[in-house]
Amino acid sequence: MNAVDVVLWVVLPYVALTVFVLGHVWRWRTDQFGWTTHTTQLLESRWLRLGAPLFHLGLLLAIGGHAIGLLVPKAWTEALGVSEHTYHIVALGGGVLAAVLVVSGLVLLLARRLVNGRVRRTTTRMDKVLYLVLSAVIAFGTGGTVGRNLLGCGYDYRETIAVWFRGIFWFHPEPRLMVDVPLVFQLHALSALVLFGLWPFTRLVHVWSVPVAYLWRPYVLYRHRRPRLSASARPGAVGDGRRGA
Amino acid sequence: MRVMAQVAMVMNLDKCIGCHTCSVTCKQTWTNREGTEYVWFNNVETKPGVGYPKRYEDQDRWRGGWELDRRGRLKLRSGGRVRRLLNLFANPDLPALDDYYEPASYDYDTLITAPAGTHTPVARPKSAITGEDMAITWGANWEDDLGGAPEHAPADPNLAAMTEKVRFEFERTFMFHLPRICEHCLNPACVSACPSGAMYKRAEDGVVLVDQNRCRGWRMCVSACPYKKVYVNHRTGKAEKCTFCFPRLEAGQPTVCAETCPGRLRYLGLVLYDADAVLAAASTPDPTDLLDAQRAAFLDPDDPDVRAAALAEGIPEDWLDAARRSPVHRLISHYQVALPLHPEYRTLPMVWYIPPLSPVLDAVSEQDGDPADPDDVFHAIRGLRIPLEYLANLFTAGDTEVVAGVLMKLAAMRGYMRARSLDGSVSTELLTATGMSAAEMEEMYRLLAIAKYEDRYVIPAAHRENAAALSSQGMGCGLDSDGGPGMGGEDLQGFQDFHLTGARSDGRIGLSLFVKPRGRTS
Ligand code: HEM
Ligand code: SF4
Ligand code: SF4
Repeated sequence: MNAVDVVLWVVLPYVALTVFVLGHVWRWRTDQFGWTTHTTQLLESRWLRLGAPLFHLGLLLAIGGHAIGLLVPKAWTEALGVSEHTYHIVALGGGVLAAVLVVSGLVLLLARRLVNGRVRRTTTRMDKVLYLVLSAVIAFGTGGTVGRNLLGCGYDYRETIAVWFRGIFWFHPEPRLMVDVPLVFQLHALSALVLFGLWPFTRLVHVWSVPVAYLWRPYVLYRHRRPRLSASARPGAVGDGRRGA
Repeated sequence: MRVMAQVAMVMNLDKCIGCHTCSVTCKQTWTNREGTEYVWFNNVETKPGVGYPKRYEDQDRWRGGWELDRRGRLKLRSGGRVRRLLNLFANPDLPALDDYYEPASYDYDTLITAPAGTHTPVARPKSAITGEDMAITWGANWEDDLGGAPEHAPADPNLAAMTEKVRFEFERTFMFHLPRICEHCLNPACVSACPSGAMYKRAEDGVVLVDQNRCRGWRMCVSACPYKKVYVNHRTGKAEKCTFCFPRLEAGQPTVCAETCPGRLRYLGLVLYDADAVLAAASTPDPTDLLDAQRAAFLDPDDPDVRAAALAEGIPEDWLDAARRSPVHRLISHYQVALPLHPEYRTLPMVWYIPPLSPVLDAVSEQDGDPADPDDVFHAIRGLRIPLEYLANLFTAGDTEVVAGVLMKLAAMRGYMRARSLDGSVSTELLTATGMSAAEMEEMYRLLAIAKYEDRYVIPAAHRENAAALSSQGMGCGLDSDGGPGMGGEDLQGFQDFHLTGARSDGRIGLSLFVKPRGRTS
């Protein structure tokens, strides 16, 4: 283990997570106006209607899988009597299904962004960076799941990556666990860290606004005009405030 | 009874000459920004015609508005809450840009910058979305004055339910103009479909708005509105809609579209209604009864009980006076000549229309009748299936009797006033036919024909103590900001507070004040 390993598996995670948390606080407080899915369905609907559900359902499946795989220690599933073999079958089945959905969805969404002139024109530089990193995360993740665990000799990440990942949150990072992890998993983890660092500055903030409260709120909402204006009222404040960063 | 006040509009369609001034002034004021090129808060359609966006009235396709489920309970036509959340990733009912049109501009620069050559340079149309060359094949008023009607107009959804086929040969057809803005509905489908709770109806004046700071771009309001009056700003990724020019209303001024209308066909005023009656009215089983149900939910501002209840709700004294002088109230509830557009959508719209008599008069002249003779006109109204059925499909969910009644009243008024001014005679016959007194008849005539500015617009200014701040909002707002001016909600200065303190600025009121207890409409 050398300095590079410490940078990659200790410094980088903490930097990424700090940026992730502080970035979200900053964006939430300064840029409500920019906080949106930035829908492009108006501009192109046909491919999106296929691609977006595939991509998102696959992602939700993959995120659920990651939560189980990374956050639940191996000892717990064993204590529940889940054998290594059963666990492997279920994880692999779910993982491959998720990978197929995400990758096909991503290909459709990417193709749409590249081919459709209307969508292409509205693609910002940040969108491009986001898609690059996101594609990398997905490609390496798929490579690990399909290439290594399905077709290759298999790899038990629950003894290494998962323990390292949980260690970060206990403030007890163990970089040495990552040193001998296969390259494709290393790259998956590293690109994911970059994605976390980017997250608050992209359209991915829409993920935190999933409107579950809609399920129980009344249909028609009424709001009162505020009775009094603040003393700082001045022309131009509207534009300034709303543009955010 | 819970009294609420709403600013409402009535448009007198006989006076609309289809000049599009309202559309243009509204656009200049609110939507001449990138991302809103195709957005027309106000548009003027020629009817019959497919409208804007194309065939927006076909709710089997777009599934806007409300319907009754098998047990007679109101539900959004696009499905319940769970279904909407499951459809978040891609909205199955969203119109695409081509259902509106691809906005374009001309590349005028080449006219002066083109190098010397043998050919005269031309300004080519360029897409406002992609910047590429494009062919212009549709627009917001492509079918103006029945242009291309033989080809396109048969697709008008209102024609589907007619017993006789409408012909589009020049001599046989009829037409009128229909200016449309957001209806600022009592039971807004857009608000009900917004998963983020970013859309709301203002408690004081009923204006329906999108809070730009809380919209998250789920674009459910766009499809839920049966009138397609919420639009996606493709630049900001947020929803925008007609604001009813609320900064002007707050200052006691009419909306831009009303103010600039050369035909002076728009009326603005208050309507008082019983908020507790809204749900039941919208759930009326037979669509043809929705008109009466909605009128029954309106309250009489002259009734002392209503006044007392309104004061108890905190509606100010001067607002109640304005409600009593409201031209809109008189046209809707008193003379009953104004009708809602597509009541069958069950949103209880608040922009009503006086149906046009002109298609009938045209038909009378064609059949060698005298359009000035009330008898000929009455006869035509009774005998003509077209355009009566067509108007009924627009304004009364198909009930031709109601439309005929309104048209008779308008024809009677013309006949009555004609006789009055020609030889001073008073036609008691026409008075009995309409059940109106001579004074009422003349009052209605004055309101419809020669009402002045103060009579057409009776808008009480908002009660707000800080007048300086109000004017800064009305005049000093950044027209070039992405979300557009005044689109931010009820208190624009609140955004400042928000950024400084992180506190919520929305001022949403507590559950007890929401009009509908949850569960009854779900
Ligand atoms: C349940 C949670 C989520 C919901 C409800 C949701 C919903 C949406 C919606 C409505 C859009 C806009 C589609 C349009 O153009 O109209 C969108 C776009 C997008 N979402 Fe999500 N999303 C969720 C979770 C995620 C997650 C976890 C990710 C990735 C980590 C993600 C990545 C994206 C990307 C990259 C786009 C842009 C697609 C494109 O236009 O090319 N979403 N999402
Ligand atoms: S007409 Fe206006 S208030 Fe009614 S549903 Fe449409 S956008 Fe909402
Ligand atoms: S009320 Fe104002 S925003 Fe609405 S259509 Fe008229 S001019 Fe446009």
